[in-house]
Amino acid sequence: MENETKFVIKGGRVIDPANDIDEVLDVYVEDGMISRIGGKKNYQDRAVIDATGKLVMPGLVDIHTHLREPGREDAETIQTGSLSAVRGGITSICCMANTTPPVDSSAGVRFIYDRARYAHCWVYPVAAISKGLKGEELAEMFDMAMAGAVGFSDDGRPLSNAQLLRNAMTYAKMFELPLMLHEEDLTLSSGRHMHEGVASGLAGMQAVPSVAESGMIARDVLLAEFLEARIHICHVSAKESVDVVRVAKERGVDVTAEATVHHLLLTDEDVVASGFDSNFKMNPPLRAKDDLAALIEGINDGAIDAIVTDHAPHPPEDKDCEFAVAPFGVIGLETSASLVYDKLVRPGIIDVKKMVELMSYNPARIVDISAGTLSQGANADIAIFDPEHKWTVSGRAMASKSRNTPFEGWELTGKPVWTMVGGEVAFDELSR
Amino acid sequence: MKEHLLGLEGYTGDEILEILELSKTFRQVLDRDVKRLPTLKGITVANLFFEPSTRTRMSFELAEKRLSADVINFSASTSSVKKGENLRDTVDNIGAMKVDMTVIRHGAVGSAQFIAKHCKTVVINAGDGAHEHPTQALLDFYTIREHFPDFKGLKVCIVGDALHSRVIRSNVFGLKALGADVTLCAPSTLLPMGVESWGVKVNCDIEEAIRGANVVNIMRLQLERQTAGYIPSLREYGIVWGINSELVDLMDKDHIIMHPGPMNRGVEITQDVADAPESVILPQVTNGVAVRMAILYLLAPRSGDIHE
Repeated sequence: MENETKFVIKGGRVIDPANDIDEVLDVYVEDGMISRIGGKKNYQDRAVIDATGKLVMPGLVDIHTHLREPGREDAETIQTGSLSAVRGGITSICCMANTTPPVDSSAGVRFIYDRARYAHCWVYPVAAISKGLKGEELAEMFDMAMAGAVGFSDDGRPLSNAQLLRNAMTYAKMFELPLMLHEEDLTLSSGRHMHEGVASGLAGMQAVPSVAESGMIARDVLLAEFLEARIHICHVSAKESVDVVRVAKERGVDVTAEATVHHLLLTDEDVVASGFDSNFKMNPPLRAKDDLAALIEGINDGAIDAIVTDHAPHPPEDKDCEFAVAPFGVIGLETSASLVYDKLVRPGIIDVKKMVELMSYNPARIVDISAGTLSQGANADIAIFDPEHKWTVSGRAMASKSRNTPFEGWELTGKPVWTMVGGEVAFDELSR
Repeated sequence: MKEHLLGLEGYTGDEILEILELSKTFRQVLDRDVKRLPTLKGITVANLFFEPSTRTRMSFELAEKRLSADVINFSASTSSVKKGENLRDTVDNIGAMKVDMTVIRHGAVGSAQFIAKHCKTVVINAGDGAHEHPTQALLDFYTIREHFPDFKGLKVCIVGDALHSRVIRSNVFGLKALGADVTLCAPSTLLPMGVESWGVKVNCDIEEAIRGANVVNIMRLQLERQTAGYIPSLREYGIVWGINSELVDLMDKDHIIMHPGPMNRGVEITQDVADAPESVILPQVTNGVAVRMAILYLLAPRSGDIHE
């Protein structure tokens, strides 16, 4: 290699929804940026990456992760979480504020950026809406916005107090950052562990009804409409929630929404079939079959804008227990692209362009970061995806410090094999 | 018989009848002067009760002792998530002491499955949350069968908190497999989502539900249901759903009255009904020991000859 800052990724099928590109083209990288796509072939003076037969896409963007640092470095760190990300073709991650202590001050935001200097991909902090995530007083949102927070969220907990949320919505308008809302009516959900439906009824499991989520979303889109504020709805899981978001969009509310990979692929019946394995316990819970169908419809018709992981690492000693006792959450950074490709793209439920929109372009727009495209001059954040690569999911084999995946043992076709972040190769399984 | 007894969901009528038939042998033993068999000599059974229980724990312990098993008991409260040793370690440690069988009562749904999956021991579920309580249901069926030899078309009315009751779930799974005609009756707030898909009749009107029934199985109403807001008061529950002699008069002439205990006399059942000649509440308790002996015999790693 004559010059390590110059690359050409040749012969791959380039998918870049931002520029409506889907064709075999060479991608040129110089000085950490995309210098051009296509044009006169030049394989001299630069590293040549042969992507023949592969998909070349903008690095994926995951706007909903939990990296557990500071406080629970036994579960994950910014370093291990970001390594897991690049192994999954993800080049930008937004980490939620519910660490210990929470990221509810500009010092916390700066701590994340400081630790992110050693990360394998871009890491963007989402800061708390309320002090201590208590839902009582606003955190110093302006100060945190100036420190570089890309959004605000008390994720993990809802904002039950509508007056506080009203003020947060109004306040956040001054710096044009999204409020990312965890929607849950605690009076309907507290102390409950799975979706309320036929499966929970038969199992005798204390269960959370869908309306615990959809009812709060209805309140909050109406509040956003009233205040002309911008909101983003986290991990939409119920069909009624999809309907509410869709109607809100039709009414012109400035709302976006995300769905997780696991809610798109698993249901409450999987909870029972697993023998109440706590790796199938998350919040919101895995819903019923018709909810899953509604989410698919939502990603197809635009009610849902983004697919996220809600990567929530917990060490085995916390998860290896009775279902009711286990903490909520599953990991997902290393499996999301493969799962979406194998289970949604390959069967023709969505096309690969839609996949890149949902997992890169759209999420980058929601938090307004410079990512999600292969446009000339953009950050050279690139994922090469091998659509034929067969592999088996194994929690132990992942870079994450935790292995709480509900997809253990799944045999998948399609895998990210090479990832570039800001012009540097962050993951390379291609040359093996 | 399967490797463990975790629940009755998935059992066929024939599999259940086989257990009930075998239980007869053990029931006869209980009427002997010497109520003891050497069947489980050398087998060690641990009774792990993570929830308070008097009769189920005593019933299991008696069943084990009458089969000459060595018995150890462990009781702990895990009503809330207490930091300390986790369930898996607790059971693993008991397993490391070379315990052959484990009887577990625990407040979490799936806890018996969890133990069966992770620990090397035969597991008998003595109640996991509101999920299943298979031995209670089997002793109920044994008791029913003493009066009604054929389950097909038998009218069974189950009254009580279907939302939180493991006894009801196990009864429903088993009675459906046996071909009985089951009606569930409860206040609407104590019926779970999806109960209409259980394959049983559901009726909140106790007069309609009990009319013509051969069996009424009355569940205990927990005081917590009032404080959690499911029902306004025990008094109102007693007035509307409490089984009194007027309601019993609506049953088929040929009928029995059941209750898994412990009873709240004056709430879900009146004194007259509890002590009526048709009440089989105490025989249920006796039969429970026999049925549990049969289960232990069937699941024991090395079963000896029950006839010595």
